[in-house]
Amino acid sequence: MKRLSLLLIMLLSIISACNQVKPLKDLPSDSIFLLNSDWQNQKGETIKLKDLRGKTLVVVMIYTTCKASCPILVADMKKIEQQIKPDNLKKTSMVLVSIDPETDTPERLLQFAKERNMDADHWILLRGNEASTQEFANVLSMKYKKISPIDFSHSNIISIFNPDGELISQEEGVGINVEKVANKVNEVIKKS
Amino acid sequence: MNSIKNLFIVLLVSIWSTSCQRQEVTQVENLKQKEQQKITSTIKMVLIPGGSYKPFYGSDTSLVDVKPFLIDERQVSNAEYLEFVKKNPEWQRSNVKRIYADTNYLKDWVNDTTLPKGINEQAPITQISWFAAKAYATAVGKRLPTLDEWEFVAMADELTANAREKKTYSDNIINLYLIKNRQYNPVKSGKPNYWGVYNFFDLVWEWTDDFNSILVTGDSRNGEYSDNNLFCAGSATNATDVLNYAAFMRFSLRAGLKAHFTIANLGFRCAMDAPVENTPSSVDTAQ
Repeated sequence: MKRLSLLLIMLLSIISACNQVKPLKDLPSDSIFLLNSDWQNQKGETIKLKDLRGKTLVVVMIYTTCKASCPILVADMKKIEQQIKPDNLKKTSMVLVSIDPETDTPERLLQFAKERNMDADHWILLRGNEASTQEFANVLSMKYKKISPIDFSHSNIISIFNPDGELISQEEGVGINVEKVANKVNEVIKKS
Repeated sequence: MNSIKNLFIVLLVSIWSTSCQRQEVTQVENLKQKEQQKITSTIKMVLIPGGSYKPFYGSDTSLVDVKPFLIDERQVSNAEYLEFVKKNPEWQRSNVKRIYADTNYLKDWVNDTTLPKGINEQAPITQISWFAAKAYATAVGKRLPTLDEWEFVAMADELTANAREKKTYSDNIINLYLIKNRQYNPVKSGKPNYWGVYNFFDLVWEWTDDFNSILVTGDSRNGEYSDNNLFCAGSATNATDVLNYAAFMRFSLRAGLKAHFTIANLGFRCAMDAPVENTPSSVDTAQ
């Protein structure tokens, strides 16, 4: 009898382990995690966007050599971070995606994060290649154009994605209402 | 007795674990199957030598350099797109991911692999997103033309590489833009332009690779893209500069597009970098 129950437990655990492997097709049809491109984070690790699955994402596209609106966008991201409830912050990733993958190496991104006290685990800085950056910008409906070897024109958009990678809301422009964005994040986490 | 039980356990465990593995394997296989199936494009490509040109939105002194490239002489047709979706089921209407195309994607098709009733299968494919056009271009080993490449070709009329200053040319484009339901006519009809490229204006609008590089809001710091340049109707409708109105229409459309949009009169043609050994001296079209 003991053996039988042991057998049952073993079987159950194997079955549940089996079920934990979530196939890709479970993702909603409009999920950004369907994008199959490779990205590097500030630690130099190669990841797929779907590795970010499971947390609410606050996403902005910037480039580190930008002197104009990017510092404001980064400041906005930090203000949003401060207004997300501490418990919720554990369920959130603050994601900065580079528009300039050529210049923004993982080392540069790491330095950028360190200089701005963005050391916490919820800060994720990513760079792709030209094609994946273009694709990602288009998913965010973001406009951008290289205007010189070191400068880009781009629209300023902060986007929120739910843990399944679906776009929940976007705020466009500099000087956005950060409280509104943070409240939205708290709301999304409450729902998920 | 115990040993039999043990054996039984081992057997069951191994069965379960192999079945689990099998499930994972099929998932990997499914992913692999999603890799794009190549198709062959029979569309003739035309070599454009490139050169510096004056973009519509630039100031008088800002010239843009266009490298030599090849461009399809005509748009991709309904029949050709049908072949693409047959080989790449993930681009069929019922399978396409919403992130890649809105709900109007191929909306008039009878089903996933049947063209709309009564349509000319040689007419340009429309109702496809930027992602879809890009996927098609990749499948045939090409790419979408850049905005500058497209506009470079658009400067030509039947006789000259740069007909921008000709009044007849400008009138012609505007008149072509005004024709209704022109997207139902077959590709490669009428006369080609100077380069041997067909129907640049009289069938459909066309996707370009970097259509999203037109900034009309947000951070645009070089002054070339002021709203005044693109959206002030006063300057664009200036009767002495009708060409700018035609270009204005194109740029306004592009500025309003999002990559997953699908539109009834928006299609595409493909392009490629010119092979290195095949680069004649560029044309000076800057005037």
